[in-house]
Formats: sequence, C-alpha cells, structure tokens
Amino acid sequence: MIKVEGLSKRYARTLAVDNISFEVQKGQIVGFLGPNGAGKTTTMRVLTCFLPPSSGSAQVAGFDVLEQPLEVKKRIGYLPETPPLYPDMEVIEYLTFVAKLKGLSNADVPGRVREVCDRCAISHVSAKLIGKLSKGYRQRVGLAQAILHNPDVLILDEPTSGLDPKQIIETRELIKSLAGDHTIILSTHILSEVEESCEQVIIINQGKIVAQDTVENLTARLRGSESVSVEIRASGGALNQSDVRQKLEQVAGVGHVVLKDTRDNRVTYEVEGLPGRSIRADLARTIVGAGWDLNELRTVGMSLEDIFLELTAAEKRSARSTDSTPSTDANETQEIKQ
Amino acid sequence: MRNTLIIFQKELRGYFASPIAYLLMAFFAVIFGFFFYSATRFFILQGMQMQMRGMGMPMDVNEYVIRPLLSNASVIGLFLIPMITMRLYAEEKRSGTIELLMTSPVSDMEIVLGKWLAALAMYMCVLGVSAVNLGLLFAFGKPDWKPILVGYLGLILQGGCLLAIGTFISTTTRNQIVAGGATFGVCLLLWVLDWVSSYETSAWGKVVSYLSVVTHFEPFSKGVLDTKDILFYLSMIFFGLFLTARSVESLRWRS
Ligand SMILES: Nc1ncnc2c1ncn2[C@@H]1O[C@H](COP(=O)(O)OP(=O)(O)O)[C@@H](O)[C@H]1O
Ligand SMILES: [Mg+2]
Repeated sequence: MIKVEGLSKRYARTLAVDNISFEVQKGQIVGFLGPNGAGKTTTMRVLTCFLPPSSGSAQVAGFDVLEQPLEVKKRIGYLPETPPLYPDMEVIEYLTFVAKLKGLSNADVPGRVREVCDRCAISHVSAKLIGKLSKGYRQRVGLAQAILHNPDVLILDEPTSGLDPKQIIETRELIKSLAGDHTIILSTHILSEVEESCEQVIIINQGKIVAQDTVENLTARLRGSESVSVEIRASGGALNQSDVRQKLEQVAGVGHVVLKDTRDNRVTYEVEGLPGRSIRADLARTIVGAGWDLNELRTVGMSLEDIFLELTAAEKRSARSTDSTPSTDANETQEIKQ
Repeated sequence: MRNTLIIFQKELRGYFASPIAYLLMAFFAVIFGFFFYSATRFFILQGMQMQMRGMGMPMDVNEYVIRPLLSNASVIGLFLIPMITMRLYAEEKRSGTIELLMTSPVSDMEIVLGKWLAALAMYMCVLGVSAVNLGLLFAFGKPDWKPILVGYLGLILQGGCLLAIGTFISTTTRNQIVAGGATFGVCLLLWVLDWVSSYETSAWGKVVSYLSVVTHFEPFSKGVLDTKDILFYLSMIFFGLFLTARSVESLRWRS
C-alpha cells in the first residue's frame, strides 16, 4: 500500500530524513517510533504530499507523491501533530466542510458526517464550537476529519500526545477499531503505544531507520530467549514455595526462575527459558500435573523501551567507530513547523 | 470550480462568524457617512448661495457629491483591505490548518482563488453599506446612475487588485499582524506613488505614477470607462494571484 524508496528530506540545514526505505502492506497498523526530532513528522508530510521529497520516492496505493499528488491525497486521511481545526466552527460545520473538500458529493455529505460522528463518539458535541471542546474531543474531531472520505491509508502523527490517560485509552481503542478498513501508520515517541496498537514497527532515529519488524519478532530477535510469567494457585491447602520452585526448575529448557509476587495462596514466578527453547507447553503441563491451578501463563516480551535503548546504543557505537559526520542532535525537541 | 466554491464559502463564513465583518462595515459606515454628510452639506450650501446670487443653474449631483465620495471610498478601501486579507493564509499557517488544505485533493490555485473571491465578496459587502447613502441621494435628487455604476466597478477593480496583493503578503508570514501591517504599507505606497507625478514629469515619474492604483481610479470616479485602466487592474489582479500561487507552492519547497 505504501512504498518508500531511498527517501531523503533536507531542510535548509538539517537532513531530517536520511535515505529511508520501507513498505507497508494493505490492512496493517504500523508504528513509526522514534524520539523527538527523529524525522517522523517529516516522513509523514512527504507521504501526504505536504512536502516534496529531496530525493528518493514515495508511493501510496501505486501513485507517486510527486507525479500524482491528487490521486495520493484522495486515498490518504491525515491527522497532523496539531489537529487542523478551526476553533470558530461547529463540529458538524467543520466536518461538512472537510467532507466537501475531500471530494464527497453534496448528497453523501450529511450521511457520512453523521456516520463518522457516531464512529468517533462525537455526535453529542456536534453542535458545539470546536474551540470550546476539550483536548480529547478535539483529537477525536481530528480523527473524524481524517476518516471522512474513507481513505485507504490513515496517517496519524502522534495521535495520543498531550492527552490524559483516559483519553489515550479511548483514542487507542478508536484507532484499533479503524484498523480493519484502513492501512494505518501512526507515529509516536512513546514505546508502549506501539506495543499496544501496532503489528509492525519501524524505529527511526536521526532520520534513519534503525529497525523494522513485527513487534514480537523484534522482541524475540533482541532477547533470543523466552520469558514466561506464571501465576499458580494451590487447589487446596497451602503452597510450598520451594516445592514449586523446584518443580519449575526441573522443566526442560528452563534457565532460571524468579519469584515475583505472593498473595494469599497464589504465587507468581517469572521463568526464563534457555535461548531458542520453547518452554510454555512443558511449564503448563508440569504445573497442572503437580495438582496446582494455573491461573495465568503469559509471555513477557522485552519492552520496546529496552529494544529501543539497545538499538540506538548500537547505532551510536557503530557511528562513533566509523566516521563522525556532524550529527544533528537526536533529542532536539524544538519542533519547527513549516 | 467546486473546490473554489467550497473554500469561498468557508472563508466568507469565517468573516461573518467573527466580529471582523461587522467591525469593518461599521467602520466604513461611520467614515463614509461622515464624508457623505460633509459632501451633501457643502453641496446644499453652495446651491443656496448660487440661488441667492440669482444663478438658478441646476447643479450636478454626480459631479459635486458622488465623484468626491467615490474617491473617498477608494481611499477608505486602502485602510480596510489589509484587515480583510491579513488572516487569509497567515492564520492557516499559524494554526496548522494549512496542512489540511494542502493535503486535500484540491489544487493550490483553487484555494487561492476561493480565498481571494471571499475577500472580494467581503469588500463588496463593506462597499454595500454605502448603498444606504446613495439611496438617500436617489430619494431626494435625480443623480445619473450610469457613472455611479462605473464608479463602483472601479472601486471593485481597485479593491480586487489590492486584495490580491494582500493575499500574497498573507502567504509570506504566519503572523496576521505582520501581514496586515505590510499590506497596509504596500497599499499606502501604491497610493502615494501618484504624488510623484505632481513634481516629477520625466519618464520615470510617469512610470511610477502609472503604478499608482489611485491614478487609474480617477477616470472611473468621473464615470469614464477606459479599457486601459480596466486592463491595468485586471493585470494587477492576475499578477497578485499568480504571485500568491507561487508563494503557496514554495511553502512546500522552503518549509
Ligand atoms: N520546517 C522545518 N525547517 C527546518 N528544520 C525542520 C523543520 N521541520 C523539522 N525540522 C528538523 O527536522 C528534524 C526532524 O523533525 P521532525 O520530522 O519534526 O521529527 P519528529 O516528528 O520525529 O519529532 C528535526 O531536527 C527538526 O528540527
Ligand atoms: Mg513530530
């Protein structure tokens, strides 16, 4: 659905995006992860035809952003970092304007606007001025605006930034509910965000792609071994902890066992397998075989936080050892728009 | 075409949803009303004096009231136009809504045209306020309506040309006040260029005064339709809109 090849974007002095290539298949949710100033917004602006690439190419649904921008724009819904809203318009007025702008026929507009309002749970505020809405609602109006013309591709730039935890969860749910119909790219500098909502992740730092894989694969690749958290309950009477530990350690392929939590008659262990060994099935069998209840068995992935630190550290090490090009500060938080 | 209309409606609605439209119309009503009062009062006094001297010649309302009024209106326009155009692009750039416009399946020129036409419509609404005053003239006298029509055409052409320049200036900044100030400066400059012709008679003096938008308005205020002046305004409008479109395009490249 999206194909980026050798894309670079240079602002007057900064090389914001440096020769990146990636592909996104139809129907995927892809997380674009990187610290502030990594080049996420810039990449998205190129994909949405807001900025032309300095070199390389980008295609959306088979159309090149430079050669057929109109075709690309028709197929993209875009929520910029700051939702593009007019505070002195009512929600319904605004959505009607955008719907027409996106090329919906006049007859289709009211129905579609109502549909999208329902979908984004903003029907009850549709008569309010946008300027009077809370940040969470504004974000939803921004999302509504992006999906109005039912685009193939949704590009969401930090859709949950600046929201409170409740709003974040609601927005995530909303995005997930959109996943079926659209190919989605969302950018974020929050790692858990990607784990929560994305299937694929592209990690970008200082304008370069550092890693690109499924969330699980990345975790597996970096860790190499499997960690499992198990919660065990005695089916009657008390639980002998050393007994449990011994049983767990005897399972084939288990490396070491760490006690995480004890509560009433329940214990939680984190069991780490030896590299390349799958231990979940055996663990479950052993626990049940011993006559205990298995309350929970869950793979503990390496958090993306860990992955990210590892990857960027590796990047820095290699960069330092090879040439020392004048590097732009990756953590530069200033966001110059336009 | 449809896209231009969509932008046009949104912009025009924007003017009337904020106090700006009413402010401009009120401002114009007061200033124009003042000029109207002075002009008619002067006209009546003159008429009475003439009669006392036994010169019962019917005086020409068009010549003595309407013509100076139209010239005044054209000057008032210089002050109003920056306030009409300053927000057109600067505001969209500041709030980030420019990203919505420029990532929608709409061409830059359609947006430019829609915005400029809305500004022109707003300007015409402001001018429309003067219809009340003219109505009074028609109620109590018999002015010739053809020169008035020509005069208003001139006002609209001159306005369109300054509005196009103002729209262009608005694309160059994200600060409305800067856009408004700069537009006012340019409008003023284009106005005073006319003064050069009063002391400078050389070729360059002619060229400079040719560029003055006021010079070209004079014939219109007299009710004279000259294709040369119409062409001047039309080409200035075209030039202004062309610059605007180029500037919007370069937003993408510069950014
Ligand atoms: N309009 C601009 N002009 C100049 N430099 C810019 C502009 N926009 C972004 N940059 C620079 O490009 C780099 C990437 O920015 P951006 O794409 O906004 O990163 P992100 O969205 O990942 O935070 C940063 O170093 C930033 O300072
Ligand atoms: Mg960004």
